[in-house]
Amino acid sequence: MALSKTAHIVTAYGEELDQLADELARMGGMVETQLETALAAIVRRDASLVAGVREREKQVNAMQDDVEKRVLRLFALRQPLATDLRMTISALKIASDLERVGDLAKNIAYRAEDLAEYAPLSLLDQVERLGAIVVKQLHEVLDALSSADVEPAIRVWRTDDEVDERYNALVRQMLMSMTEDPGQVEPGVHILFVAKNLERIGDHATNVAEAVHFMVTAGPLEADDAKS
Amino acid sequence: MPDNQSHILDQNAGFGETEPPIKVAARDVCVAYDGKQALNHVSIDIPDRSVTAFIGPSGCGKSTFLRCLNRMNDTIEGARVTGSLKIDGAEVNDKSIDPVVLRASVGMVFQKPNPFPKSIYDNVAYGPRIHGLALSRNDLDGIVESSLKKAGLWEEVADRLNDPGTSLSGGQQQRLVIARAIAINPEVILMDEPCSALDPIATAKIEELIDELRENYCIIIVTHSMQQAARVSQRTAFFHMGTLVEFGRTEDIFTNPRDPRTQDYITGRFG
Ligand SMILES: Nc1ncnc2c1ncn2[C@@H]1O[C@H](COP(=O)(O)OP(=O)(O)O)[C@@H](O)[C@H]1O
Ligand SMILES: [Mg+2]
Repeated sequence: MALSKTAHIVTAYGEELDQLADELARMGGMVETQLETALAAIVRRDASLVAGVREREKQVNAMQDDVEKRVLRLFALRQPLATDLRMTISALKIASDLERVGDLAKNIAYRAEDLAEYAPLSLLDQVERLGAIVVKQLHEVLDALSSADVEPAIRVWRTDDEVDERYNALVRQMLMSMTEDPGQVEPGVHILFVAKNLERIGDHATNVAEAVHFMVTAGPLEADDAKS
Repeated sequence: MPDNQSHILDQNAGFGETEPPIKVAARDVCVAYDGKQALNHVSIDIPDRSVTAFIGPSGCGKSTFLRCLNRMNDTIEGARVTGSLKIDGAEVNDKSIDPVVLRASVGMVFQKPNPFPKSIYDNVAYGPRIHGLALSRNDLDGIVESSLKKAGLWEEVADRLNDPGTSLSGGQQQRLVIARAIAINPEVILMDEPCSALDPIATAKIEELIDELRENYCIIIVTHSMQQAARVSQRTAFFHMGTLVEFGRTEDIFTNPRDPRTQDYITGRFG
């Protein structure tokens, strides 16, 4: 999150901001792994992966607490201004979105345990595709965060419509196949939950994109998006 | 040609529909002391009925610019002021302007409270007396009381008006000096680091006072505290090495400064 090229006069202050950025980056990496693992558990029908996702979720929660403590401390003791102020406030928002992503990834993983009991579903490939898009969103927005670059953030923000469309299409098809074959209802419900959770992770990635955009430009992403 | 003056004037939008009129308009104001340039082509429009904060590292020219507004630079030997400086459209440096009259309408408060070695009453009554603002003792009493009230000091001194001004605490002395300035109906009040010698409570009282006074005056305050500038002002101007680098809404300056020099200064980075 190199928003300024020059160093702080008070070294310890600069270090505290760097540590906040590092902690947020670690948290992002952790959540990304969680989501990838949860999706692998679903797609590969491998319930053995679930425990790892759950374990990471606890670590992510602890990281969010840590980010909040650091932000509180910075406000109380350093009174950050300008880019430092925007970075600090964005870190708080981003950590809360990442925590939600971790929680949703955990929910996805739990469904893998349920789905393992059923025969493979035809719509699983669509879940996989939706998952791949959301993973890419998360990856890109974390890139945007670490490089303080608005371009990938804007791309992520724009992908949100595609995620919504794919999710809606998946729901329609699932309802159709449930109507045609009552045997699909139980596994189908699990698939719908997974898809819903992916769609919400996409929303959180979009929130992070907005926060990164604000951090870098001080303006709302909508305004920038309208320009191009 | 100064490189950034147009950009500075363009940033003036901000108060929206209720934007107060321009009180002080400076164009290409330069000051040199003994040939050494202290202020470089400063152009700025300062609105009435609001607080404008001047920030910047020591020696960047903040006090020099304040002194242009009440022609205090006239009193400094070797000082040379050029450019145009208008208050309510009237050129401050015009030969027809009497500096003594000018200084009645442009009051000044300094870092160190400087009450006269006189009673509290006489400190405030001094200005109205020499400017002939009071027709009777009754009149004068009224001016003293209302000025002390406006300065938020009346309650604390009403029963000891004959005590020396210097017997008051630092914060009270500073409010006495403000009452003294108010007593002669100024239009602009300049404050040069008015709180740097005060404790946080006395500072808070001055800040509260500034916030009340801005309804009726054009206030310009020099401060080394970012937090103070942020708390009391609606506009902030950042000076650096004799140049006005950036001027805009305080909120914008402290959340999103445009110039890297402003950015480095207010975030405490090496400039
Ligand atoms: N009376 C003076 N005689 C000579 N030089 C002066 C005088 N007052 C200020 N200066 C010079 O002008 C520059 C601006 O000073 P000043 O306006 O006092 O800065 P600030 O108030 O921002 O600290 C500095 O380089 C300072 O040394
Ligand atoms: Mg000064």
